[in-house]
Amino acid sequence: MTDETGAVGRTGPPPSRTRVVLGEAAARRRPADPARADLAEQTPVGEALVKGLVRAQLALAVRLSLVVAAGLGALPLLFAVAPAVGRVKVLGINLPWLLLGVLSFPFLVGVGWAYVHWAERNEQDFTAVIRRPEA
Amino acid sequence: MNPYVVPGLVVVVLVTVGIGAYGLRFARTTSDFLVASRSVSPSWNAAAISGEYLSAASFLGVAGLILRYGVDVLWYPVGFAAGYLALLLFVAAPLRRSGAFTLPDFCQVRLRSPLLRRLATVFVVFIGCLYLVPQLQGAGLTFTTVTGGRYEWGALLVGLVVTANVALGGMRAITFVQAFQYWLKLTALAVPVIFLALQWQSDGRPAVTPPAGPVFSAVTTVVVEQDAVLDGTVTVRAGDELTFAAGERVPEVSTVDDNRDAAWLLPGGDTGLFATYSLILATFLGTMGLPHVLVRFYTNPDGASARRTTLVVLALVGLFYLLPTLYGVLGRIYTPQLLMTGRTDAVVLMLPEAALGGGHLGQFLGALVTAGALAAFLSTSSGLLTSVAGVVFTDVLHAERGGSVRDFRVATVLAAAVPMALSVYVANMDVSRVVGLAFAVAASSFCPLLVLGIWWRGLTDVGAAAGIVTGGGAAMGAVLLTVMGPPLTGWPAQLIGQPAAWTVPLAFAVMVAGSLVTKRRIPPDIGATMLRLHAPESLRL
Repeated sequence: MTDETGAVGRTGPPPSRTRVVLGEAAARRRPADPARADLAEQTPVGEALVKGLVRAQLALAVRLSLVVAAGLGALPLLFAVAPAVGRVKVLGINLPWLLLGVLSFPFLVGVGWAYVHWAERNEQDFTAVIRRPEA
Repeated sequence: MNPYVVPGLVVVVLVTVGIGAYGLRFARTTSDFLVASRSVSPSWNAAAISGEYLSAASFLGVAGLILRYGVDVLWYPVGFAAGYLALLLFVAAPLRRSGAFTLPDFCQVRLRSPLLRRLATVFVVFIGCLYLVPQLQGAGLTFTTVTGGRYEWGALLVGLVVTANVALGGMRAITFVQAFQYWLKLTALAVPVIFLALQWQSDGRPAVTPPAGPVFSAVTTVVVEQDAVLDGTVTVRAGDELTFAAGERVPEVSTVDDNRDAAWLLPGGDTGLFATYSLILATFLGTMGLPHVLVRFYTNPDGASARRTTLVVLALVGLFYLLPTLYGVLGRIYTPQLLMTGRTDAVVLMLPEAALGGGHLGQFLGALVTAGALAAFLSTSSGLLTSVAGVVFTDVLHAERGGSVRDFRVATVLAAAVPMALSVYVANMDVSRVVGLAFAVAASSFCPLLVLGIWWRGLTDVGAAAGIVTGGGAAMGAVLLTVMGPPLTGWPAQLIGQPAAWTVPLAFAVMVAGSLVTKRRIPPDIGATMLRLHAPESLRL
């Protein structure tokens, strides 16, 4: 007989090993309010909400990658079309060295910062729609 | 030999092991061990990711390339950093929310296909091995530079140390160890560069590109390693010793390919637009497909913090990449003999002593950069080998049917053997070039899989597999041809040497077309998967 108090009996077999599965815990909770139920049960309303969020986030990411494509990606073409740009000196350093070796990094961080800011705002908007009491 | 080097290396190893042991004291559960209980703040986590990412290619290779080729190769550091922006924009938060731990896991979560999972495993192993090669090359080079021993011994020695370390569980991917390695690498480049800049000032600011071409700054003896022709006239034999006076011009050696004068200083040298754009595509899009980068994202508690972590990584990596450029440029003045021997990857290691003289300061700073280099290939190759061995362990040796620690060790040795053999074979290739090839394969296989898998409902397992096989396979073939095939010239050389510009679009196109043809195979639970990938955790669905 196993011990009903929950303690492992001295004579009982050792508890069998369980496989720990990471990242599945979030899937087990049940939604409470209607909008969440729409989401969780994949009703057309829920689908439309998620599609809207995905579209907004994708549009943001694509827009910012176009900024990078225009800001950095156009440089090799510019240097090839107008070689004179490469000879311009700023503070005694040739412009391409300054642009690529120094300024490109803060530019990338700036774009990244803008993305994080706006992506979080998109998610807040989404959360606000879901949390809104019975619209 | 520099008397500070050995103590410096011993300190790095001891501190690494020490922090690792200190961290282990707090690691009680499986979750602690694997993902640090997800309680690591974004800034620590970001330093750890950067520490693992900044490899021998970044620490040694970038400066070496700049010394040799000049402004055109600045796209390497820019691309290595920008890869994290692409990761941030398209992958970071959804990937964290998917709960996938590795790329094969992601295939399982998103497309529920065991076949695709196996295909992804093949590519993870290939990319991981390819990325390990330049780490071992860097180790061999450092060994040669510091001790004067044979290159092969250094590569094999570090390969064995890392293999033993990972196989015996000596250095797990512990967040704090990797974070320490980042700050060590940054310090090891930042402190010497201050003294180097001061020395350059006090030498009267010698020109980086003197009108007559690079000149020797001091009396230098160069030992010729291969039969060659100097300046197209003088023939020299292997083993000859040539002595040059200070101020003498550095002759051009027929066996070493480098850019001089305007070609070095101004963009658009011998690398054409195609090669430049190919490199940009490979580095911008390849980072997200590297096996050791993805694992770390699971350490974040949620999608939003995965995003913030990636932003900090971008800043930390960008800060680091300001430094190798300075080494490459100053190397033009103080170590021009590397342009004759072709061992330009050694510039970071040799510059402190060459510029500051053989006194205590020069020797001490020389030991500091050597310690940083050790940290670079130890951290990256341990992280890589752990993730490749993990994938081999679960997906090749089928650990779900009761894998043992012994199997994991077998996997580690298997995963280490191939890159060690290759690193001896490709001794003469630039470190960063080989890394560029690994990025090209990652960008043509996993980048389309991740981007389309996360943002497009229509992706099917058949389409994904077809895209990976064509795009990734083409890039893989190009890499194998570059490393093992005959030397090529003209357009084929460009297409094969920098394949990303055609293999990445090919992979995307085949993946989309293949998915459109097999629409019926879209997983039925795609709506739930998209919700899981994109909905913020604060909703607690």
